[in-house]
Amino acid sequence: MTMAATLTELVRDFKANGRIVIVGASLAGLRAAEALREEGFSGSLTIIGDEPYEPYDRPPLSKQVLKGWVPVDHTLLPRLRALDAQWRLGVAATGLDRASRQVRLANGEQVPYDRLLIATGTRARQWPNPTEAALEGVYTLRSRDDAARLQQALAARPSRVLVIGAGFIGSEAASVCRELDIPVTVAERGSAPLVGALGGVIGEIAAQMQRDHGVDLRCGVGVLSLEGDVSGHVRRAQLSDQTTIEADVVLASLGSIRNVEWLEGSGLAAGFWGVGCDAGGRAFDINGVATDTVYVAGDVARAPHVLYEYQFLAMEHWDNAVLGAEVTAHNMLNLEPDYYPHLLLPGFWSAQFGVNIKSVGVPPFGDEIVFTQGSVKKRRFAAAYGRRGRIVAAVTFNHGKWLEYYARLIEQSAPFPPPPPGWDRPDDMKPMPAEFPEPGVPTAAPDVVLTGHDPSERRAEFRPRGR
Amino acid sequence: MRIVVDLNRCQGYAQCVFLAHEVFRLSGEEALGYEPNPDEARRLQVQRAVAACPVQAIVIDRLDGAERSVTS
Repeated sequence: MTMAATLTELVRDFKANGRIVIVGASLAGLRAAEALREEGFSGSLTIIGDEPYEPYDRPPLSKQVLKGWVPVDHTLLPRLRALDAQWRLGVAATGLDRASRQVRLANGEQVPYDRLLIATGTRARQWPNPTEAALEGVYTLRSRDDAARLQQALAARPSRVLVIGAGFIGSEAASVCRELDIPVTVAERGSAPLVGALGGVIGEIAAQMQRDHGVDLRCGVGVLSLEGDVSGHVRRAQLSDQTTIEADVVLASLGSIRNVEWLEGSGLAAGFWGVGCDAGGRAFDINGVATDTVYVAGDVARAPHVLYEYQFLAMEHWDNAVLGAEVTAHNMLNLEPDYYPHLLLPGFWSAQFGVNIKSVGVPPFGDEIVFTQGSVKKRRFAAAYGRRGRIVAAVTFNHGKWLEYYARLIEQSAPFPPPPPGWDRPDDMKPMPAEFPEPGVPTAAPDVVLTGHDPSERRAEFRPRGR
Repeated sequence: MRIVVDLNRCQGYAQCVFLAHEVFRLSGEEALGYEPNPDEARRLQVQRAVAACPVQAIVIDRLDGAERSVTS
């Protein structure tokens, strides 16, 4: 048998008899499972998820679910095809042994695999003081259960809600509070809402939107402590500017933490920013060498991106989960030269205060911004981000139909400022500093993060615990 | 039934809102909200909305309930 024939036989045999385990039963895990079957994988497929629910969609949680329009159990994701999978729901993966190719579960079971997909995503960062975080009325918002609890709390008409952190989740929650006519204070350590994701120029517009809708927005302040009453329910918060906020519901929207702890000791390039992998989803080991058996997709993946100087990008975006899962699933069933690259242009949306905010590219990669269309005053505009004379991202407020135009320019590394679209031009089209916070300035972490060039640069994360 | 809208793709044409206003709603000019698991009685309306979406952003469940049962 020739070498090529042997490899073909190997792929055929794996597709028929292989064992694939997916850890993570949310959007990326589900879509990867479906793509594996679509690509002809008929071997054994196991999906492990720590939540006891079938895969559900998270974006509605901070919007229509929180508002009380859609019940929380109405967020189950549609299925694209039959899976014939073993579902292990409600049990977390707690360890990975790459030598024996087994995933360890919280109940002590070991699940063997031939190929493994890591899609464990992120979780909400909790309020850092555990005693205060345990007060009744203190919430986070990431999971279905989080949303159910917070929705009930809002339905009970609290006297005031305090939102700590004005990233997308915090801002969307504040918007829902105002729609429900509930008084809300937003405390943000940075200079403006959304400043980490979109910079200070856009942040100022977002700040004005919040204030126009009656949000008591306080920027440049931290929350020092939360205080409860005798029954253990949160009642007030002390801020770093010496003021006190009386609130009986507190939402800590402090960004997310990547679920990588279970990979400790596995020898993978897993750390603070997620699991390093190549642009085809193959996980890197701690030395930066691609593995042949372990793959990564979704929020927990970080991979070099050709459009962004091959810096590693970590993207907590819906379409990154979907497309990353499809590409990675394909690569799990193929060999070189049949690999697909995951060359997604990042994109996201956020609905808040009646405005649809959409973005393509990586805004924090840019250092300049220019308004290219529409009117800031009317909250209906497009703006482009640039770096070193080329366009790297764009944002629209209620102007989403134009986003494709900018996406094409970004994909072609078009000049910045970009050629004017020739329609609906604003008076002032001068580029200005985009005003992103310096790295290390405390603010809500943006949903797409440039994490450097080296998959194991976070070396401190790899030190074995004292044993 | 189950649906999901790819809101990266959605451009707020609101055809779905006209065809199935109990399921799809606009908040402001452009931000689409929707009921991800609408009542089975709305299936025809939703199917029309899926077909009418100019950017084909609405994904509908391709299985019936039996096939998607989850076994642990």
